[in-house]
Amino acid sequence: MNGTADICNHCRNMIREKEKGMKMSRHISTGPSSFIPENEIIGAMPLNDSTVMFLDEEFSGRMDNLTQVMGLHPHYLQAFLRCHYYLLRMDGPLPLHYRHYIAIMAAARHQCSTLVCQHVQEFEQIGVCSDWLRGLEFCPQRLRNLNEINKILAHRPWLITKQHIQALVKTGEHSWSLAELVHAVVLLAHFHALASFVFGSGVNPDPEVTEVNGVTDDICPPAMAGLCTCHLTNSNQGNRNPLRNPDTGSELEALMERMKRLLEEREDDDASEEEMFTRFEKEKKESLLVVSAGFDEEVVPPSPVARFVDDPSFGYQDFARHGEDNPPTFKAQDYTWEDHGFSLVNRLYSDIGHLLDDKFRTACDLTYYNMASHEGVDTSMLRRALFNYVHCMYGIRYDDYDYGEVNQLLERNLKVYIKTVTCYPERTTRRMYESYWHQFRHSEKVHVNLLLMEARMQAELLYALRAITHYMT
Amino acid sequence: MEKMTRVSGTVSGCTMFCHLDAPANAISVCRDATQVVVAGRNIFKIYGLEEDGFVERLNLRVGRKPSLNFSCADVMWHQMEENLLATAATNGAVVTWNLARPCRNKQEQLFTEHKRTVNKVCFHPTEVNMLLSGSQDGFMKCFDLRKKESVSTFSGQSESVRDVQFSIKDYFTFAASFENGNVQLWDIRRPDRYERMFTAHTGPVFCCDWHPEDRGWLATGGRDKMVKVWDMSTNRVKEIYCVQTIASVARVKWRPERRYHLATCSMMVDHNIYVWDVRRPFIPFATFEEHKDVTTGIVWRHQHDPYFLLSGSKDSTLYQHMFKDASRPVDRANPEGLCFGLFGDLAFAAKESLMSAPQSVGDVGRKTYPGGDRRYPIFFFKKPDVTEQFAQVSSALSVFESEAGSSVGMDWFINTAQSYLLSGKPFAELCEHNAQVAKRLNRPQESTTWTMLRIMFSEPANPSLSSNHNLNKSGNLPLVNSFSMKEMSAALNERNKENRQDNLHSLETNLNNNDENEETEGSEGQAEYLFGDAELDDDDLYSMEHDNQAEEPEYLLPQEAFPLRHEIMDHPSAPEPVQEKPESPHVSGSEAESTCLTPMESFSLISVSQLLFSPHLPPKFFCPIVKEMLCYYAEQGDVQMAVSVLIVLGDRIRKEIDELTQEHWYMSYIDLLQRFELWNVSNEVIKLSTCGAIMCLNQTSTTLHINCSNCKRPMSNKGWICDRCHHCASVCAVCHHVVKGLFVWCQGCSHGGHLEHVMEWLKQSKHCPAGCGHLCEYT
Repeated sequence: MNGTADICNHCRNMIREKEKGMKMSRHISTGPSSFIPENEIIGAMPLNDSTVMFLDEEFSGRMDNLTQVMGLHPHYLQAFLRCHYYLLRMDGPLPLHYRHYIAIMAAARHQCSTLVCQHVQEFEQIGVCSDWLRGLEFCPQRLRNLNEINKILAHRPWLITKQHIQALVKTGEHSWSLAELVHAVVLLAHFHALASFVFGSGVNPDPEVTEVNGVTDDICPPAMAGLCTCHLTNSNQGNRNPLRNPDTGSELEALMERMKRLLEEREDDDASEEEMFTRFEKEKKESLLVVSAGFDEEVVPPSPVARFVDDPSFGYQDFARHGEDNPPTFKAQDYTWEDHGFSLVNRLYSDIGHLLDDKFRTACDLTYYNMASHEGVDTSMLRRALFNYVHCMYGIRYDDYDYGEVNQLLERNLKVYIKTVTCYPERTTRRMYESYWHQFRHSEKVHVNLLLMEARMQAELLYALRAITHYMT
Repeated sequence: MEKMTRVSGTVSGCTMFCHLDAPANAISVCRDATQVVVAGRNIFKIYGLEEDGFVERLNLRVGRKPSLNFSCADVMWHQMEENLLATAATNGAVVTWNLARPCRNKQEQLFTEHKRTVNKVCFHPTEVNMLLSGSQDGFMKCFDLRKKESVSTFSGQSESVRDVQFSIKDYFTFAASFENGNVQLWDIRRPDRYERMFTAHTGPVFCCDWHPEDRGWLATGGRDKMVKVWDMSTNRVKEIYCVQTIASVARVKWRPERRYHLATCSMMVDHNIYVWDVRRPFIPFATFEEHKDVTTGIVWRHQHDPYFLLSGSKDSTLYQHMFKDASRPVDRANPEGLCFGLFGDLAFAAKESLMSAPQSVGDVGRKTYPGGDRRYPIFFFKKPDVTEQFAQVSSALSVFESEAGSSVGMDWFINTAQSYLLSGKPFAELCEHNAQVAKRLNRPQESTTWTMLRIMFSEPANPSLSSNHNLNKSGNLPLVNSFSMKEMSAALNERNKENRQDNLHSLETNLNNNDENEETEGSEGQAEYLFGDAELDDDDLYSMEHDNQAEEPEYLLPQEAFPLRHEIMDHPSAPEPVQEKPESPHVSGSEAESTCLTPMESFSLISVSQLLFSPHLPPKFFCPIVKEMLCYYAEQGDVQMAVSVLIVLGDRIRKEIDELTQEHWYMSYIDLLQRFELWNVSNEVIKLSTCGAIMCLNQTSTTLHINCSNCKRPMSNKGWICDRCHHCASVCAVCHHVVKGLFVWCQGCSHGGHLEHVMEWLKQSKHCPAGCGHLCEYT
């Protein structure tokens, strides 16, 4: 059964329910997320003072849905907001309205109308150049030049080369300075990744954002253009409660068992070099197959968001494709974030390095030593598997990682979810979200999402910054 | 001594390089400095160091499909056992190699105990079989090469280890640097707990190196672009030197035989290798600039030879650098420094040899601070050291303090800005006022300029003035508004106290005018300041006046000479600037100049006797001169004068000067005014300016976006009715009418209305007039 069929079944179910007289709210579901029951989120936020201060400045007390969902992990939220705030509001090479426009361009690549609307509104509030909002052809050539790297970074970052950088930086009327370019690249990566999070956690659009006047109105019609509404139109009640499902009880145990075994096996695992390489290749290849079929060659529905998209047919293609010359694997040790990426980004756009560093670290080190109902578990192995699996799909390989672990720890449904969320987040469905790790808490699934988001952002940044480094030397 | 001779016998060569097949990650030399090993992801080779180049000796990367064990992050050649090498592999393996093995594969031992990439391996300097490794997984392991497993494991508490180094002097001690900025000291016998820990850098510490001679010194380099030298011999670890570089520091290596020197290379962006004298942290002692990509490994060729440095790089080259070929940035550095303080103090630092010259005149208020003064630590003192190769640079710092009330400050600027009148009065009065202001502030040149402007551009009152009688009369008037050239000179004389005319007349009667000049009572000061102070821009005026003069029949002037003089002398209202002048420093110096300059000029001009201009000069005539004058002022840095004149003259001059220049002047002046917080003046200038770009300056950020008070949506159209809910948006809470003027509202509850209504309301009641219950405050 493929994904499309699933959804259609869902729709059919729903229609049936509707016929029974079930009341449907106009908004797909109430609360911040359509995947997570409202009561799971609200009140789950012991925030510290500085975060609260940030929030006050941003939203004057009222948080948007994205923040609420992310607020399940307040420690991370703080790092995230600081970075987010710095990127969009504080001193930087780019003018404010450029930043929001770049955010719109980035989010539009994934047809993430939630983010697009939010930044269209912010753009309007700045009050300049509002005709840019009519579409890409109305914005300056300089911004349009970003389209190329925008689409590459969003879908196939490994293709970015120093020629792309050269084309943008070379002197001319529409050229970018390196500092501006770095700012733009960080913004692009940030918003691509954020789009993944929005779809991956089913963040609902903010009601007040969709109702703003002017241009926004036709971009964000109440019907949520650009999204297949069928998977979002589930109400929270009608579904089975995953926690009560008896046959999944052993699933968690099995995972724990595997983790324990891996830890023991590690000592005497004498996998040869060849073997390790094969495992990486296998993982890479396998990631091709986990795609939910049926989406191939799908034509993007014309949506108002599309006005910010150039070349909409350009989408994710697997890094490793059968029977083709694959681009060389990115050796993680040769260009690491800590050593190289940080230095470059911080040199050209001061302080952002520290903020990103903090964000990556917080995301990777975040743990509550819990797994579902079990406490005192060291989840580092699982977190690393998630992080490295995302990098693996982007062709980044760690010499010191045994990709066999990925296979052991991540079940197929989870892989499908990861692949969808990172590579084409707009196709994420609630079903995918629910199909893995049935016994885990929602907050843990959000945690997974955070990891995916950060891993994706880092992968994009690494490719882009490597290209810039090559350009500079 | 024996050691030294051996060094000079074995190590020789020149700056040379060879291409590698792949980027290098690390290099290491063998003890006798004849061979170097280069390791990287795709390279593992040994090169021999010959007299004239590198020779490949051995390729250790063997096998059809080399395993990741060959992918090296670090390599070290044993300093005791010349056949022994160790590498750290990116997959977490620690490998030892024995060159004495007979087969092609020299791999001896393989330790795969680390779970993550191994960043560093280090042999014990004296113990043959002891090897230490530091890994990304946060563990350090000590291996005995005679055993198959590690003998002890040291935990860095889950932080990645970037470097480990055995102490050279202390048998049991090693230092480890971490990604979180810490440095730990361990005793090899106590794997349970570190001996000491301190935070050395913010961000990762990429490298550390023990001083080869000094027991307690450890150099560390980090991502924060610093190199720090720590003294570990005391109870508390002390930072004794700190060098700020321009990029994150990837490697640091002490220079042999030079106590204070160390070499660094960077991780990103910067490709050079620097050798620093840690006591001179601001400028590298020497720089090697050969590499085209980042340098990844540096090593001194021999542990007792300071002149040869080997380096490997990402650009796939291996270099031997000769110290004599290094570039010395200090040679190109400017050894003098000059800086103004906030209150007009001037600090000046220069080589001592220069400063010790006999104190020149005008050194009042100078204070000399020897380099060691704590308040001015800009340069430091160094005892001359014969062994030093650095250029001798003991500098002396002098601070010249401005005396209180002296003119070094910018008070005149503020006063002038506040007192000048730029508009609101007739032109002549403005000029007159500004001239007075300038004079009061002891700025005679500006004062003269204003007066001149007044004369030149005042409207001619009676267009036909030709008779000498008229001239005489008008010459006595305090305000001259006609333009026959006779009057011109008379008017000038009003300021000049007729000295000039005197000169002219005397010149025509007898060229020997000096005596007469001196006889003119009370006139010297005035004359001087016209000729001495204001010579630059007034020269032009003068020559022009002389032209006019020349066109007059000669016989007219002598007749007039005496009456004219007397009349003016008698004039009671003539300004008496001489009394104000005496303390002017310029007076004494320029006297001689003025007296001899005058006749010369007059003389030369007198020969031009054709009638060049009509007696009535249109104001336009002066424009080129005024333009030149404005440019002169602007170039002198007195943009205030240029802009003020520009504004006062207005259309009279505006077309003469191109828009861009004007805009530039305006911008500079406005910027200056705003720095001195003269907001009112700056706004006035903006208002009075005629440049479009300037005028719009005070219209920026004056838009206020409002939301409809009814439907809470932004008001997009102009007017008072919201186009969405069709309600009047800003209704007064008191009278319920639309507010079309000043709208005042409470920031607490956002209700408000007409200013006067709200004021009245709040006199009677504390609560919001809208009835929302908020306790509004009106201040």
